[in-house]
Amino acid sequence: MKDYGAALASADTVSVANSSDVVSARQMVRTLAQRSGMSLVHQTKLVTAASELGRNMLVYGGGGVVRAATITDAGRSGIYVAFEDQGPGIGDLDLALTDGWTSGSGMGLGLSGAKRLVDDFDIDTGPGGTTVRIVKWGR
Amino acid sequence: MTDRVPVLKIGDILLVSIQVDLEDQMVMDLQDDLSNRIVDTNAKGVIIDISALEIVDSFVGRMLATNASISRVLGAETIVVGMRPAVAMTLVELGLSLQGVRTALNLERGLKLLRRLSAGRA
Amino acid sequence: MTTDSKMPVLVETLTAQRDAFLAQWTQAVGEDLQGRLSLAELGRELGELYDSILRGLNAADFDSRGEHFAETRSLLIELSRSRARQGFTPTETARSVFSLKEVLEPSLAADGKGAQQYLQFARLLDDLGLLTTEAYVRTREEIISSQAEQLLELSTPVVKLWDGVVGVPLVGTLDSARTQVVMEKLLQTLVDTDSTHAIIDITGVPTVDTQVAQHLLKTVVAARMMGAQCTISGIRPQIAQTIVALGIEFGDIPTNASLSDALRQALKEVAQDAADDARGLL
Repeated sequence: MKDYGAALASADTVSVANSSDVVSARQMVRTLAQRSGMSLVHQTKLVTAASELGRNMLVYGGGGVVRAATITDAGRSGIYVAFEDQGPGIGDLDLALTDGWTSGSGMGLGLSGAKRLVDDFDIDTGPGGTTVRIVKWGR
Repeated sequence: MTDRVPVLKIGDILLVSIQVDLEDQMVMDLQDDLSNRIVDTNAKGVIIDISALEIVDSFVGRMLATNASISRVLGAETIVVGMRPAVAMTLVELGLSLQGVRTALNLERGLKLLRRLSAGRA
Repeated sequence: MTTDSKMPVLVETLTAQRDAFLAQWTQAVGEDLQGRLSLAELGRELGELYDSILRGLNAADFDSRGEHFAETRSLLIELSRSRARQGFTPTETARSVFSLKEVLEPSLAADGKGAQQYLQFARLLDDLGLLTTEAYVRTREEIISSQAEQLLELSTPVVKLWDGVVGVPLVGTLDSARTQVVMEKLLQTLVDTDSTHAIIDITGVPTVDTQVAQHLLKTVVAARMMGAQCTISGIRPQIAQTIVALGIEFGDIPTNASLSDALRQALKEVAQDAADDARGLL
């Protein structure tokens, strides 16, 4: 995935410490997506992915920060969202990205499902924390 | 203290109309409330109207599936009504198909389906 | 005029004889375009272009992609777009730029120093001319992709077949973009018309591979989650063979050989439901 870190300079930010913050985070993503003129289906997919990743961050990473920004590349525009926590990291990434696998109470579709809902998906994990970055291009 | 989703009783049917953006805590509370109400009221059917929901993620999806199973054990059929097209397309992509959950296009069709089920015709 | 240019001869000549060169250039381009643009308009366009090139040269630069020629590039892109819309060929547009070389040749190429700078300048103009062709292609691509989108909308009519039954005849190749549009439209029509049955007819689809089967399956599942039933009809014998040969799991998709069979089945179910409802109300 391309580096869109620069876009985050002007990003909207929500700190996630409890489940109502997850709602705020996905509302922030929805507002950005609506403003960028994304189609309803694409919006819904992006916001659902944000919801999954926001919850993951809260449950497994102990909370963190969600940042979202509008980006443009090669004439198309999209929404870039980064989820950053300081949790213990994901031990076995391949396993965590497998459908149906869960270490918690979910359905095990959080990471793998979110990945299918967006166009670009990128994850960095280690003992210092986990960062997931996604991009959904508009139509 | 978070809000709770109201569970309304109409005859032997319980109606849950979700009108707000759901927090995870509300989803868990709803599951408890619903199973308690089914037992208390001896309801034969449950309708969950999600037509106002702009997204259904795997957590809410799991609640819908679990509720259907729990209510069946308690002797009530659950119908999920009013899922938006964009939500359905997203759920499919997410990998959820809500197997075992009965669905209807809208509240009216949901009520008709319940009536048919209780007459043993569907 | 003071200049730090490394090309004193070139810049001085271009500056001193601006009006004369511009008039000749306008004349040459005007002849080439055979009067399809007025000389006044042409003179204004080329004048802006000429001045911006001169400003770029003043900055001691021959790099057409560099920052000093940013203004020139945007002028050329605009020129190329408007010419494309007016129906000029990309060759004609590029030649408009190239013809400045012919105008300058007699004044510059005469002595050795001038000739050297003239060659460098000619190379710059070549680059700039090619830029108009690039812009032309890009404009065309934009038109093509917007037409493709319109075609997508046109090629997927969702029709109401009966009360409670909608259908979509698919013709042509299915890719994910197209399936997405079909799926969206079909599901929305179910809601709008309060229909419980949908039929996707694939008589006009030449091949069904694993991916297409996946798309169809997704549509069926999505419709079911909304409370409607979706059937695939029009599976031709060759396609049935392909499906089996590829080992595609079609098990969860309700299918019918023909549209009429699918419709008959749907109508039967709709009538049954209606009869049940009537009995329930009595």
